[in-house]
Amino acid sequence: MNGAIGPPDRLRQGYGGPPELHAKAEGGPYVIETDGLRKTFGTTVAVDDLSLSVGPGEIFGFLGPNGAGKTTSIKMLLALVTPSAGRGAVLGRALGDRAARARIGFLPEHFRFHDCLTGRELLRFHGRLHHMHGVPLESRIDTLLARVDLIDAADRRIRGYSKGMLQRIGLAQALIHDPDLVFLDEPTSGLDPLGRLLVRDIISELRERGTTVFLNSHLLGEVEATCDRVAFVKQGRVVHVMSLTEMTTACVEVEMRIDPIDEALLVALSEFGGDVTRDGSNIVRIHVADEQVVPSIAKWLVAREVNIYALHARRKSLEEWFVDVMGEDQRPG
Amino acid sequence: MMSDILTIAYLTLFEARRKRIVAAALLCGAAFLTVFAIGMLAVFNDLGRRQVTFIERQTTIYMLTVAGLYAVNFLSVLFAVLLPVDAISGEIDSGVMQTIASKPIRRSDVLVGKWLGHWFVVAIYLLMLCAGVLLIGRLIAGHVQQNAVSAFGLMLLEMTLLMTVSVAGGTRLSTVTNGIAVLGFYGVAFIGGWVEQIGGIAGIPSARTLGIVVSLISPPDVLWRLGSYLLQPPILRDIGNTPFTATTVPSPLMVWWAGGFTIAVLIVAVRSFATRQL
Repeated sequence: MNGAIGPPDRLRQGYGGPPELHAKAEGGPYVIETDGLRKTFGTTVAVDDLSLSVGPGEIFGFLGPNGAGKTTSIKMLLALVTPSAGRGAVLGRALGDRAARARIGFLPEHFRFHDCLTGRELLRFHGRLHHMHGVPLESRIDTLLARVDLIDAADRRIRGYSKGMLQRIGLAQALIHDPDLVFLDEPTSGLDPLGRLLVRDIISELRERGTTVFLNSHLLGEVEATCDRVAFVKQGRVVHVMSLTEMTTACVEVEMRIDPIDEALLVALSEFGGDVTRDGSNIVRIHVADEQVVPSIAKWLVAREVNIYALHARRKSLEEWFVDVMGEDQRPG
Repeated sequence: MMSDILTIAYLTLFEARRKRIVAAALLCGAAFLTVFAIGMLAVFNDLGRRQVTFIERQTTIYMLTVAGLYAVNFLSVLFAVLLPVDAISGEIDSGVMQTIASKPIRRSDVLVGKWLGHWFVVAIYLLMLCAGVLLIGRLIAGHVQQNAVSAFGLMLLEMTLLMTVSVAGGTRLSTVTNGIAVLGFYGVAFIGGWVEQIGGIAGIPSARTLGIVVSLISPPDVLWRLGSYLLQPPILRDIGNTPFTATTVPSPLMVWWAGGFTIAVLIVAVRSFATRQL
């Protein structure tokens, strides 16, 4: 399906916009860059400090519990709400700049539109708002309808669409003009597993053609499968940013069921890593820096004539990272 | 950008048609005109059976025609207020506006496009009902209404003003609150007009002054009163009143005031929507 979303190898334009927000990075200026963006509604602080940068072609995950300010952050970047303080630039231009918006696609959470339109009419209308007309627009509509698997429903009114179909037609409208940057706010909300797979494939295609994707999702498995980097947002503040590569090479937890266990053994095991804990009578867990350490632990235990019943190494999942970063003071939203 | 305004206006018209708003309005308008035509026919036949003077006959037909236009004015007021009442607020609440406003289009273009689309529907509605009333009078009774075009222009300005207030309210108020507020705005104008009328008839200067002040704050009703004055035959202007026409003649300057008022409200609406948090 390569090339279905848009023409590959498109030349990217040089970015204008505020020079102070053009910290050069390898590969060019940032596509999104914010510094201390803040939004308050009366006395309520929706976003406290949004400071982040997203590079060209990145698939960037934006994670946080309900009420953390994720959607408000996206709305500030799209100039749907005005920041109370701070600075930001998107595609090298000030927030809300029309030339930048012409290169941005947006799928809001719970996409809704005039339900008297058919799917095809909806895409035609959005194409016209991007000043697309005639054969190129109709051709683009057909391509996208096929890509989101809505050809059969193209001429039905969206009033009769299921939640998943609405999300898919919403995704198509976000891509109608072949954008350079796409904001997806909970794109897999309401989708069945096949629908999620479709969205994941589309994001992969966008990555291949160099489109930057800013993905806000609660489904950590989806984020883990698609994103290059993620930012964790807590109480309106970016508290941690990391690459998914960093996550996969970081700390490995080794769980072993062994016998006998004594204090001396636990102290000695701590030479291999940190956080040595004993769980029950014969379970020991230890965090090591690298998987390569695991065989050494096994050899060492055998040499000490410790019986090994099980030895299992696993990396920390994004969900565990999420829980760790958010801390124990978080409650379900 | 004009093409953006026209795209939004086209969507508004398309939506009005697809949602059968236009069909419902035309159906109700047709029902109204049917009743009016039956009434006109009955009155005309009755006048023919009785021996009445030419002036009595003409006056009766004229009064019935103006009564019809009065009803058209009232129906159109409701139509102009209610049609766009959720044009902005409803789309903000449903999230539709977020998708539109994220596109490379000025918010002012979105608002003006919606205003234009709704104005077109309101204007067509008013034109069809007015034309229907006048045509029925002409075909059944041979009545030629004087100053019909001027009166229609004033009624159209009245509807434009109310519609603009309704669109402007939607940029800040919820749909229901907006509807109540705009009908209240018209209610103030309506009662202000009657206070001025009664003040004029009874010779109470303070009541008349109050009516004029109210007309400045809420000018839609004064446009109907000026229009209804223009519709009167010269002889009636001199000899008496009808329930539907003005006894105190509003100043033609009120037309300029109402026009300026409409433009000012539209500018306020554009600015309000531009800073609205979506």
